[in-house]
Amino acid sequence: MRDRGRIVTGLAVFVAVALAPVWQAALHGAARRPEPKIVTTAKQCVEPTAAMRRDHMDLLYAWRDTVVRRGQRTYLAADGKTVTMSLTGTCMKCHPNKKEFCDACHNYLAVSPYCWECHIEPKEKS
Amino acid sequence: MGQDRRGFLKLAGLAAVCATARESLTRLAGAAGTEPRPSAKAPKVRWAMVVDPRRCLEQQNCTACIDACDHAHNVPAFTNPRHEVKWIWKTRFDEAFPDQDSRYIDPALTSEAVLALCNHCDNPPCVRVCPTQATWKRDDGIVAMDWHRCIGCRYCMAACPYGSRSFNWEDPRPHIAHENPDFPTRTKGVVEKCTFCDERIDRGELPACVVACKEKALVFGDLNDPDSEVRRLLRTRFALRRRAGLGTQPEVFYLV
Repeated sequence: MRDRGRIVTGLAVFVAVALAPVWQAALHGAARRPEPKIVTTAKQCVEPTAAMRRDHMDLLYAWRDTVVRRGQRTYLAADGKTVTMSLTGTCMKCHPNKKEFCDACHNYLAVSPYCWECHIEPKEKS
Repeated sequence: MGQDRRGFLKLAGLAAVCATARESLTRLAGAAGTEPRPSAKAPKVRWAMVVDPRRCLEQQNCTACIDACDHAHNVPAFTNPRHEVKWIWKTRFDEAFPDQDSRYIDPALTSEAVLALCNHCDNPPCVRVCPTQATWKRDDGIVAMDWHRCIGCRYCMAACPYGSRSFNWEDPRPHIAHENPDFPTRTKGVVEKCTFCDERIDRGELPACVVACKEKALVFGDLNDPDSEVRRLLRTRFALRRRAGLGTQPEVFYLV
């Protein structure tokens, strides 16, 4: 074990780097959870909030396929309400603040949905 | 008496051929019949359009239908003419009907431009070639497009004999004068064309061009309804179809 000093130093550096997220969080505090800002006065989205938070991407994909491929444009929610399946016409009517609502979480999680490459986002005061 | 290598391979090959032959033969037989097979249940609606070029010509230089369509669907106006995107446009009579001997047809008709748009063929070649099913024929006959799926291979443009499809060689967003927020734009690398305003038809409205035409030169209706206006016009007047000899069964009719 002539190289004990080197090996131990190397291991220590490795452990420090590998645990960087842990001591970074301990030093600076855990990263703040994004708080998407809801500006609508409506009591509930088309489905309950928890379901929307978890499954909104699947719902939007289902809406897209139902409207485009099958030409059906009315959605029957679990509670019996009907809404028009439209991103810009329905979703963004209640959530016109794309930057504070959509982008807040998407940027935090580094996901980049390509909806807005074609669909026209609501005008916002930057 | 043991099975030798050659004998075993022969037997295995024969078995493989027998196992696949039935399915391949059935498929071959199905592909051989190019005639459209009558579907099990007849479709209820078959949308079609009748263009009356004489009425259209009563307003020379009118572009009301083209403007209405371009605005409704965020059709970009590229400055480079080779990048032009067209949904409904005017073209020369002999270019619209190249197989028509137009020497003795009324020159008032043949010397002027005629409206052209996607023919929403009953046997659409663009649908056959699309590798991602981004374009397909709906039950009501509309040759629809799913821009989410289009990969921009342009097979459909090569297949369409009417030049009804356009490709976005550039980002279309900066070339749209007045955006309609209720309809998406397209991106660079996507093919687009007239969709017979499927978004309006699903809401029970007429296509934007039909509504915009003050001369009532465009008539839209159901070919399967014998009492519809399109059927009445086709019953009482003679109509041309663009390059009908190709077998695409275009469903846009031109009254003469």
